[in-house]
Parts: sequence; C-alpha cells; structure tokens
Amino acid sequence: MKLVTAIIQPEQLENVQKALVRHGVAGMTITEVSGYGRQRGHVEVYRGAEYTIDFIAKVKVEVLVDDAEAETLVGVILQGARTGSVGDGKIWVVDVGIVVRVRTGESGSGAI
Amino acid sequence: MILELNSGDTAWVLTSASLVLLMTPGLALFYGGMVRAKGVLNMIMMSFLSMGIVGVLWVLYGYSMSSGTSIGGLIGNPLEYLGLAGLVTDPDPGALAGVAFGSTFAIITVALISGAIADRVKFSTWAVFSVIWATLVYFPVAHWVWGDGGWIGSLGVIDFAGGTAIHINAGAAALVLAIVVGPRIGFGTRPMRPHNMTLVMLGAALLWFGWFGFNAGSAFAADAIAALAWVNTLVATAAAMLGWLVVEKLRDGHATSLGAASGIVAGLVGITPAAGSLNPVGSLLLGLVAGVACAYAVGLKYKFNYDDSLDVVGVHLVGGLVGTLLIGLLADPAIPDNATGLFYGGGFGQLGLQALGAFSAMAYSLVATLLIALALKAIMGWRVSAADELGGIDLAEHSEAGYDLSPVYYSSKVQRTLVLTKDDLPETAKTGA
Repeated sequence: MKLVTAIIQPEQLENVQKALVRHGVAGMTITEVSGYGRQRGHVEVYRGAEYTIDFIAKVKVEVLVDDAEAETLVGVILQGARTGSVGDGKIWVVDVGIVVRVRTGESGSGAI
Repeated sequence: MILELNSGDTAWVLTSASLVLLMTPGLALFYGGMVRAKGVLNMIMMSFLSMGIVGVLWVLYGYSMSSGTSIGGLIGNPLEYLGLAGLVTDPDPGALAGVAFGSTFAIITVALISGAIADRVKFSTWAVFSVIWATLVYFPVAHWVWGDGGWIGSLGVIDFAGGTAIHINAGAAALVLAIVVGPRIGFGTRPMRPHNMTLVMLGAALLWFGWFGFNAGSAFAADAIAALAWVNTLVATAAAMLGWLVVEKLRDGHATSLGAASGIVAGLVGITPAAGSLNPVGSLLLGLVAGVACAYAVGLKYKFNYDDSLDVVGVHLVGGLVGTLLIGLLADPAIPDNATGLFYGGGFGQLGLQALGAFSAMAYSLVATLLIALALKAIMGWRVSAADELGGIDLAEHSEAGYDLSPVYYSSKVQRTLVLTKDDLPETAKTGA
C-alpha cells in the first residue's frame, strides 16, 4: 500500500477532490498547512510598515491506495492541481506498512 | 460649574453621553483587532477596565475635581461634590446630565493611552496607573480647559470637545509610557501585524458613531452649534480618511483598510477641538491636513525606536495638535461668540493662545506621567515575564483565550463549582469517618 501526499494551492482543492472522486477514490484527508518553495512569500503593509509573509497557506491532501494504483493517482491529482504558475505545490508517494479500519478491525487492502 | 439645561437640551446631552460611552468599547475593538491574536483580550480589557475604574472615580471625586469651584484655576475643589453630594437635590436636570456627559470623556481618555503599551503590561499595574493618572493628570487638566475659572479656558484657548484635554493629554502620556515600559520583545524585527482587520473596522465605525455625541454633545444644547459640530465631524473625518488613503496609495502602492480606519480616527481627533469654531469647508481642510499628517506621523516610532504599539502618539497627539493649532488659522468669526482665525484677518493672537494651551497641557502630561510611570516601575514593575509575553498575555494575565477555533477538545477535568455535592467530598468524609 502507498500513501499519496499532495501539497496544493487551496483554490485547487475543489478540482482535485472532483478528479479523485471521478477516478473512484472513496476517501481522503485534508489539512490546512503553511509553507513555501520557490514561490517564497508575499508582502503586506500595515500603517506603512511592511511585513513579509514567508509561509503561505496551502492544503495537504492525503490518500491511501493500493500499490498498483499509486502512479495513476499521482497523474489524477496532477491534472486537478496544476495551474502552471509557481506555488502549485508538490506530490510524493511513500510506502505504508500497516493500514487498519478502526470500525471493523480489518487490515491491509480491505481497509483502504 | 453646574449646567442649566431645558428638557430638550437635557435629552440631547444624555443621548450624547450614551453615544460617547459606546466609544470606549468601540476603541477596545479598534485596538483589539490591531494586536496579535494572543493579546486581543488584554487589549480589550484595558479599555473596559477604564470604564470600571474611572466610572467609579468620577462619581466619588473626579467630577468635583474637574468641575468644582476653582482653586486658583488649577483644580476644582474635590470635596465640594464628593460622592456627587448636593447634586441629587438640584432641581435643574443639567446638574447630573453634566456629570453623565463628563464621565464618558474621562473614561475614554484613560482608555486611549493603553494603545501604546499593548501585549506586555501587568494588568494590575495598568489598573493602579489608571487610578493615579486620572486623579493627577486628567481631572486637573480637564479643569484647566473646561472648569469654571480653569486657567487655560480663562485665557480664551478654544477646546470645544477635548483636543487638548483629551487627545494631546493622552497622546503625551502614551509617548512616556511607551518609552518607560519599553518595546515588545521583537519590536521592529518580528512581524506584529493586526490579527483581525474586521474588528478594527467595526471599532472605527463605532468610534465615528459615538463621536457625533462627543462633538455635537459638547454644545451642551440642542442648538445650531450642535448641528454645526455634527456636520463638521462628518466632513473633517471623511476628508481625513481620503487624505490617509491617498498618502498610502502614493507611498506604499495600496489603499488599505487599516489606513481608512486610521484616517477616520485622525480626522475625528483633529476636528474635536475645532468642531464649534470652523465652518464646514474649514473643517474639510482641517480633516485633510490631520489625515495626511497622521499618516506620516505613525512612521516616527520606527525612526526613534519607541514601541507606541497602536500609534496613540502618531494619531492622538499629532492629530490633537493639528486640530488645536489650526483653530488659530481657520476659526470663522461668522459663527456666534467665536474667535477670528489668521485666515479671516484675526492675526496671530488666537494661534498663539492655542499653542500656549496645547503645549502647556502637553508639558504637564509628559512630566506628570513620567513621574507616575517611573514610580510604578520601581514599586510594581510594568512588564509581565518574557515567557508570558511570548506565550501570550491573554493566557498569562486573564487565563482566557480570545478565540477557540480548534476542533480538538480540552481534556475534561473536574470543574470547580460553587455548590459542593456529596461527590465532591473526599472519600473519608463520605464514609463518615
């Protein structure tokens, strides 16, 4: 099993969610996060005083999938999240050892 | 001085007093939105505490010190109306209506100062400061300016609703406190941006609304001067907001909401002393000057490195000086019982008087506040610990948080209750041992 994690623009969340659901993904977890990559931050001005806001609001999307599904899913997220401008985010995939469904206690692929 | 009012005037003065009292919670929101989220409650509470402390002092002896029979033009006899003695039986409704109106001015003057010392001051020291400062600085200066026989008012200095007694006075005190208390940890290096601009805008709106009572009520009558003050309060404030926004757009590239709110307050402060002495076009000019001047003045603290956190100096001291001095130029002799400003051929006389009044009150406030602040620093200390300041003063001083946005619940401990039940008793007591 794999954990697909995507950091995306908050405005793209709706697109990504739609794309994943259309692809048949049953569930996902999202988290509001802050960070920056090459995009860096932005500047705000209060009473003439400038503040550089380094960390920009992003959304982290996490989806658990079977090994065979992982690469397709990365493509699906990529399509939903891409705007072509800096700050579009990152996607990565890691191996997951154990997955358990809390309600039933079943584990492995059946728990996804 | 006891007012003599007919029923219509009394109705207006009591209405105005209620409007002005609303300004202090308005100020609390204006200030509260400008600090970081971890200090919003303390910021708001400093203003609210002023309603408690100064409200009590005013009834006990503050009114008497401000409005009692003058002792040498310096102070009203504090014993004359101690506890408002004698006023209850006064058949004229103006007696207690005057007490009501004056109380709200005293309250907001003390509250204004708190903006200079955001996020870092012991609530107890602020409380003691409020008592001493109101007693030794505000009540006497209010007497100088408005009391029957008060020395500044007797000279012919015009301060319609409090440019000198309130804004210059509070602004000077704020400058002293910002310096004595010292900057917040990280001032000038760490970001300290406003956490809730919508609160700031709501506060500015309430201030503007209440300020119509502040200025138009200061006519102490439901008459033409009150109406003039109302219109002047509208147009000066509008012009000041535009002035501030234009400065921002040209200097910083963006017209900001904080700039609009700040411009509103700068205009209100500027027109306060002048609302009964200028025609509306003069008020428009005054507002514009106040808005532009204050938009630049708020940058001074970075240049001179004092942490006047919410710009009490830049807005209230500078705005108060602009308004008080411009009366000397713009006072319209067509208004009954008015002075004649320089621009209307009145010469420099009134301007000189305005400067004398303004700088005398400022000098007294600077010196007296410095002595009070240093004494409190030695006896009580001003600052909370560095850890408390960094962790947030709300939690440290009030044991509360302004916002509870987390979906993660607190661990449930046994709540302290006022009524003991059998379950609260220790095990040994239950068994009757």
